[in-house]
Amino acid sequence: MTDLKFEDALARLEEIVQTLESGNLPLDESLKAFEEGIRLARSCAKYLEEAERKIELLTKDETGLLKTQPWSLESGAEEGK
Amino acid sequence: MTDDRHVWTVSELTARIKERLEAEFPAFWVEGEISNFRVSNAGHAYFTLKEETASLKAVLFKGKARRVRFEPEDGLHVLAFGGLDLYAQRGEYQLVVELLEPKGLGALQLAFEQLKAKLAAEGLFAPARKRPLPRFPRKLGIVTSPGGAAIRDILQIISRRFADLHIVIAPVRVQGEEAAGEIVGGIQDLNRLGNLDVIIIARGGGSLEDLWAFNEEAVARAIAHSKVPIISAVGHETDVTIADFVADLRAPTPSGAAELVVEEKEAVAELVADLYDRLKRVVIQRIARHRERVESLARRRVLTDPARPVRDLERRLDDLAARLAAGLTAARREARHRALLATNSLLSHSPLARISSTTTLLEQLDGRLSSGIRHSAERVRHRLRTAVGQLDSLSPLAVLRRGYSLTRLPSGEIVRSRRQVGAGSEIEVLLHEGTLGARVTEVRERDDRPQV
Repeated sequence: MTDLKFEDALARLEEIVQTLESGNLPLDESLKAFEEGIRLARSCAKYLEEAERKIELLTKDETGLLKTQPWSLESGAEEGK
Repeated sequence: MTDDRHVWTVSELTARIKERLEAEFPAFWVEGEISNFRVSNAGHAYFTLKEETASLKAVLFKGKARRVRFEPEDGLHVLAFGGLDLYAQRGEYQLVVELLEPKGLGALQLAFEQLKAKLAAEGLFAPARKRPLPRFPRKLGIVTSPGGAAIRDILQIISRRFADLHIVIAPVRVQGEEAAGEIVGGIQDLNRLGNLDVIIIARGGGSLEDLWAFNEEAVARAIAHSKVPIISAVGHETDVTIADFVADLRAPTPSGAAELVVEEKEAVAELVADLYDRLKRVVIQRIARHRERVESLARRRVLTDPARPVRDLERRLDDLAARLAAGLTAARREARHRALLATNSLLSHSPLARISSTTTLLEQLDGRLSSGIRHSAERVRHRLRTAVGQLDSLSPLAVLRRGYSLTRLPSGEIVRSRRQVGAGSEIEVLLHEGTLGARVTEVRERDDRPQV
């Protein structure tokens, strides 16, 4: 899922919850909406959770090509000494 | 007469004055108000330091001007350090400025105010330019020194809040001559790397001089150009930099910036959790309501005669079937009528009909043409007859019918006078019918015709 799709999914989820709360849907449609809502809520939560915990340092080679390499406060501090 | 007066040349004198002047005033501080400030094409700045009763010309050469942090301008009260120089060609002396400081306000403070006013006038601080932070920051760029206090503070907050973030650090010096250029490069590189939700530019606390890079115009412009929203987090809460004004959001400290990002992410996570709860609650309520309805319906009379709704339905079905059939017949009739109309209309527009009507027209035209020709032939004949009649009546031969005759010589010449003939001349007399050969017997000068 991309950020844009996440934004869309979240908007759709909000819409579904509001429609359901208004109580205007017939039962079968509201069950369908509920299923869709649950699916969206789960994928949104998953999207937020799956962000990696990762720290990288941006470097550039002599041609100006950007690269990243793993970095930690400890290794960085040692390097700085 | 000898002249023992000592006479200088102008250049000798000037050289002597220059020597004395420059020896006497090699280096000193002087204070005054800048006026007539202008920069030459070569980049040297010329101005006058003045007081009410005196003025001193001054020059700030390009190489030195770079070290002056603020923008000199007319009306500024300054302290200038330098030495006097005599410009021989014009016989003018001037102060060659080595250092220039605003009086009262510090140079840096003045430079800060000047740049702030300039960028504000350009609209770089306008609230409309500020972009909101992303609702779900996942990948975060940080422009800072990897060995500094700022990165430590940021990472501490993020780990304490258990926020899973992907962090990319653009390592830069945050202090000194090279700092501004590196910060600009860091912002540009992170933009180029792409896929970042937000960038924090951070530095721990320090003096105004230490934080100076964040007051440089180049840094301000790089922030303004960044496609990724930028949070500035420079120094302590009381430190305000130009970067803070241009950034989309100012955090009081680097830790504060990390809090902002994490809070944003947590807020979205909470929103998702909240929506999930509401979803479940509303459906549970919905199901409960339906169960109640079913139970109350079960108690009603309709359910004591379960066959009735079926009978109703059957009746409705019959009714619908009849209406459907009637509808079909009507529709068919309608269709036939329309087909007929269409056929007629089609026939009336048939090309065959057009061909036959064209043929008739041609025949009519042909008839009209030949009768026309006949009529005109007759007219011509009639006119001819008339013309011939008229011609007849005009012919001299017609006169002969009335008894006149015509006398001609054998040559054919008409005889009009006695002088044309003598006695014995052969003549020819033309009558109405026939011709007479004759000979003149006598020529008389006169006859007994009455004279006209």
